[in-house]
Amino acid sequence: MTWLRWVLLALVAALFGLFAWQLSQPKDEFVHSAMIGEPIPEFDLPAAVTERPGLSSANLADGQPKLLNIFASWCVPCRAEAPQLAQLEASGANIVAVAIRDRPEDVAAFLEAYGNPFSRIGKDDISAVQLSIGSSGVPETFVIDGQGVIRYQHIGDIRDSDIPKLLEELRKAGA
Amino acid sequence: MSVRLILAALLLVFAGPVAAQDTLPPAPYAYRQLDDPALEAKAQALMETLRCLKCQSQSIADSDAPMAGDMRHQVRTRIAAGEDPEQVRAWLIERYGDYVSYKPEISATTWPLFAIPVALLALAVLIIVRRLRKAK
Repeated sequence: MTWLRWVLLALVAALFGLFAWQLSQPKDEFVHSAMIGEPIPEFDLPAAVTERPGLSSANLADGQPKLLNIFASWCVPCRAEAPQLAQLEASGANIVAVAIRDRPEDVAAFLEAYGNPFSRIGKDDISAVQLSIGSSGVPETFVIDGQGVIRYQHIGDIRDSDIPKLLEELRKAGA
Repeated sequence: MSVRLILAALLLVFAGPVAAQDTLPPAPYAYRQLDDPALEAKAQALMETLRCLKCQSQSIADSDAPMAGDMRHQVRTRIAAGEDPEQVRAWLIERYGDYVSYKPEISATTWPLFAIPVALLALAVLIIVRRLRKAK
């Protein structure tokens, strides 16, 4: 029976080794959208501010690939990514947005303070569009191709280092 | 630094998280029950097994996060429109993966969780039986 003891010991050691390895791995706290490769679900949002039109799923299937930014004026990291969005726009990206649970006057003040790189802004008061595309927070940025198919999801604020990847994904989507 | 400045700085620290919440009222069915008690019971049972995406160790029934409220609104309006609870769950899994559901599901990745305890139990029974035989 001694061999059995050694086998059990080895098993337990392997188990603890697995625990140690898993505990030392960085944990992915993000919930990723399972909608990559899927067409964007149908929606039609009214305008969030008077200066820009609202956003519908038809706008996202007009032949031109776009960045879809999910943001809110009450979201602090959304302020941090404003310069990066401006840079993406300057690089030729057409950026449309959905404002989550926001008041028109607050969105207007936010755009006044941090700039407006968006060609369209839809108003989503009950996170309906956000839930329909598998987004779990603000800010998030999706790459949508010209046929309205979701191609890529960036979770969290866009840092300088994320810009090349987003432009690359946009190019892959046909821009 | 004066005490006032320190106090102001401290207050700012606590003001941050408060500012990071929206001020819109909750979605219509975030806190309102469905009029039909049978449908509400169905919705409630489902909401208790759906994960809040913002507060990942709570169900959407337990969470006061605005997004959990918006998810409850989706669940209640879909159930009220005649959808089956498992259809609503499938709709969410299609968007967020298995992660959004608390209901244990046997799949290609989870089957060892169910198989290993059974195998260990069988092994334990085997060892005990052998020992008892020897002891005789």
